[in-house]
Amino acid sequence: MARVVVAVMPKPEILDPQGKAVQGALPRLGFSGVTDVRQGKRFEIEFDGEVTDDVLAEVHKMAETLLSNPVIENFSVHVDTAE
Amino acid sequence: MRVGVVTFPGSLDDVDAQRAVRIGGNDAVPLWHGDHDLKRVDAVILPGGFSYGDYLRCGAISRFAPVMTEVVEAAGRGMPVLGICNGFQILCESHLLPGALIRNDHRKFVCRDQRLRIENNRTPWTAAYEKGSEITIVLKNGEGGFVADEPTLDRIEGEGRVVARYLEDNPNGSLRDIAGVSNLRGNVVGLMPHPEHAVEKLTGSGTDGLGFFTTLASEVFQ
Repeated sequence: MARVVVAVMPKPEILDPQGKAVQGALPRLGFSGVTDVRQGKRFEIEFDGEVTDDVLAEVHKMAETLLSNPVIENFSVHVDTAE
Repeated sequence: MRVGVVTFPGSLDDVDAQRAVRIGGNDAVPLWHGDHDLKRVDAVILPGGFSYGDYLRCGAISRFAPVMTEVVEAAGRGMPVLGICNGFQILCESHLLPGALIRNDHRKFVCRDQRLRIENNRTPWTAAYEKGSEITIVLKNGEGGFVADEPTLDRIEGEGRVVARYLEDNPNGSLRDIAGVSNLRGNVVGLMPHPEHAVEKLTGSGTDGLGFFTTLASEVFQ
């Protein structure tokens, strides 16, 4: 079994109200020194067999088509090697 | 005209939209998200509410509903399409409209009577209004912040594609107070507030929303 991880984050110039809410909560809990929080999404996608270039190309297509909205989000793809 | 109203799993305002269509002088045709069938309608409304749980992003999964394949194709041929609230989100996710809608900047759901200015009355949904006319209709959303990058905003402003703008307080952080936009051709319109809730005196803030539904019945578009 192989696992590919897609991380989706709001673009830096796009307001992230959820991240702002978390950032606002941290000092109330006594965590200091946090200057910014951005909240994104992490997708763990599992396949049978090896992660080939074709599989990675498919995952990129998934990320562009459904997992992210390119108008407001960036994504990155990496193979998860940890078992 | 036959105006189709799509029901998605989670739609709330489909029946109100059908009623508004009838009050506006057209025939309302219920359409189903799971059908590859527009039932020979002349125009389509994607109503407000939610769809597919709005998992992932609002409208992201609805975009791939079977009926949306037909809507996207018909929109490309020039069929009038109006997306209200969740329908606006679906049209943005479908790339029929520019930009995207994100969570309100103040992070709270907003529900109130909202003043708007009709900026573009050259669409099949807004031709009943005078350009620059000010109307009050219901706004109710949690993810109604319209965003796009600066070049896109400049382009749609330059092309006259801002259909409506919020007046007085900006209710959700929408850039440049944009409440509604159209595609380049003008046949596809997305609007965050709800004209279908303002078509009868008995309920709602008045009848300022009726124009969105009477325009299609007027001679210009027969």
